[in-house]
Amino acid sequence: MLEKLLLNHYEAAAVILSGIGLTNLLLQRNLIKKIIGLNIMDTAVYLFLAAKGYVEGRAAPILIQAEGGGWVTNPDVYVNPVPAGLVLTGIVVSVSVTAFALALTLRLYEHYGTLNIDEALMKMTEQQEDIEAKISQAEEDVLA
Amino acid sequence: MTNIFAFNIPFVSIFLMMITAIITPLVPDRNRLPEKLSCYAIGIVGVLSAYLLYALTNSGQSIAFNFAMGHYPAPWGNELRAGPLEAVLALVFSVSMLLSLLGNFSSTQEDIAPARRNIFCVLVNLLTAALLALTYTNDLFTAYVFIEINTIAACSIVAVKEGAETVRAALRYLVMSLVGSGLVMIAICLLYDLTGHLLMQNMHSAIQVLVVTKNYMMPLTVSLGLITVGLAIKSALYPFASWLPDAHGSSTNASSAILSGLVLKGHILTIIKIFCRVFGLEVIHALRMDTVIFILGVLSMIMGSVHALREKNVKRMIAWSSVAQVGYIFMAMGLNTTAGVAAACLHIIVHACVKPMLFTSAGGLSNAAGHKKGLHALMGTFYVNKWAGLGLIAGACSMMGVPAFAGFASKLSIMLASFDSQFVVWVIAALALSSVLNALYYVPAVIVIMTHNEDARRNFTASAPTKLYNFTMFMFLMLNFYLGLFCMPLLRLITRGVNVL
Repeated sequence: MLEKLLLNHYEAAAVILSGIGLTNLLLQRNLIKKIIGLNIMDTAVYLFLAAKGYVEGRAAPILIQAEGGGWVTNPDVYVNPVPAGLVLTGIVVSVSVTAFALALTLRLYEHYGTLNIDEALMKMTEQQEDIEAKISQAEEDVLA
Repeated sequence: MTNIFAFNIPFVSIFLMMITAIITPLVPDRNRLPEKLSCYAIGIVGVLSAYLLYALTNSGQSIAFNFAMGHYPAPWGNELRAGPLEAVLALVFSVSMLLSLLGNFSSTQEDIAPARRNIFCVLVNLLTAALLALTYTNDLFTAYVFIEINTIAACSIVAVKEGAETVRAALRYLVMSLVGSGLVMIAICLLYDLTGHLLMQNMHSAIQVLVVTKNYMMPLTVSLGLITVGLAIKSALYPFASWLPDAHGSSTNASSAILSGLVLKGHILTIIKIFCRVFGLEVIHALRMDTVIFILGVLSMIMGSVHALREKNVKRMIAWSSVAQVGYIFMAMGLNTTAGVAAACLHIIVHACVKPMLFTSAGGLSNAAGHKKGLHALMGTFYVNKWAGLGLIAGACSMMGVPAFAGFASKLSIMLASFDSQFVVWVIAALALSSVLNALYYVPAVIVIMTHNEDARRNFTASAPTKLYNFTMFMFLMLNFYLGLFCMPLLRLITRGVNVL
């Protein structure tokens, strides 16, 4: 068991990191911390992909010049380019999602003055109760 | 596939929506031109999908085809795949999207500031593109990318209506969605690692080898579990549905209709494709995932209705009812037979037509009551906006499963599909209980809107419903009756589609 863990230490680290990220995303109350959790989780997946995509002794998938001129076209010399492509796509997605989440967080802060989503709910309920109380007060005044 | 025009339709319809999304902000914001442009583009996609469906069912040759993007051959390139099921779903999605936009044309004008209406159109176009891409794609990572595009666009159309409540609802939706898509991404990376492929059919053959040789069964189960839970969060299956009523209840009517009717369906369709095309139903059964989603589906059917019973706000009530309807779809998928999956697809179509109608009519009725959303404020509104009232009644009948309405057809097909399965007693009990629960909250709503209320009637300040609104409700009603009365040819078509999925 421990041997396998040591053999796959990159993957084990990626799993632990993504666990940390997911827990933060779910359980943190502060939205900024939630978003940091999201980024940790995404980065863990990139670590996993990068670890899986790396094969010892092979070159990056860019054509190498052969010694006698021409190019080395044997595919066994190079690593698979797809995992790197997936990481790049993942980074793009994660950046745009993070930007969007931060923008919404900013709007929430403008409206409620808090970064805590549960506190925002409490404030909203209080505001609604205030309004209802005022309306019923006004109705009583009119009747009186 | 000889018909070169039909062959290109899947790509063209995705690309058309993308291009429309890009040029919409450049269109001058006069006479609501951007919205009209979006509606035309969605309409064109609908016509193209209808033609694709016609070509696929009348070709007489192989009825599904793969479209290689950029002409790179199979294991390397990116592919789209279209069969009868994909074509019919693309048609339903575009028709339902178009009707949701048209029916709420005037309420969109009231709810969304003029400066933001352009952006709203961009988001709707992107959402349509993402839905079409999820329908047609044959590549799991492309599916992930479009799931994320779908998420961003869906959260934005909640937040596009100005207000503190919508921002909070959108954030909550976004956080839950991100948890879901994070799990999906991890699962896709694990699957890629196990199989070495991203194209669904190549993955399928690699998974078959793994299952036969009993290698890596644990990681396979984990990745299937993660991808199912991730997409279940996004499609609002019960224990993960707490975000849904806020997001669907607080947004503008067009957004609610689109979110409930279509966005959830894109994710459910992705699960269906992963189950049928990537894993195969036997493997799903061997890994016991069918039982899990069956139980969650039944739970969702009951709990969604129980929550809806407690709601006083009509839009939130309809939103919780979506959770129950999603439960029906998952329960039918949990039967793990071709008939079960076909019944699930039929229910996707039925719900995609009925739920936008319910939201559009609820919007019309609360407009008639002076923008009040509480159920009691709607007393007597049927007599102010008759088409909206008829829509709500037809939608309620459909959700309860009254014969001749759309919901009856899909409930019947779910029940027929269950007869070959070990769960038959459970399915019948769950359907009966859930129908009663649906009636418990829809019937009072119908009674409230039809109760004569002279006092309130004088106070109604609403503008009269537009001709466009009435026309849309009429179209929705016709769709509803069509699905309820003539669903058998459609079901046969879907079954053919599921067989070649």
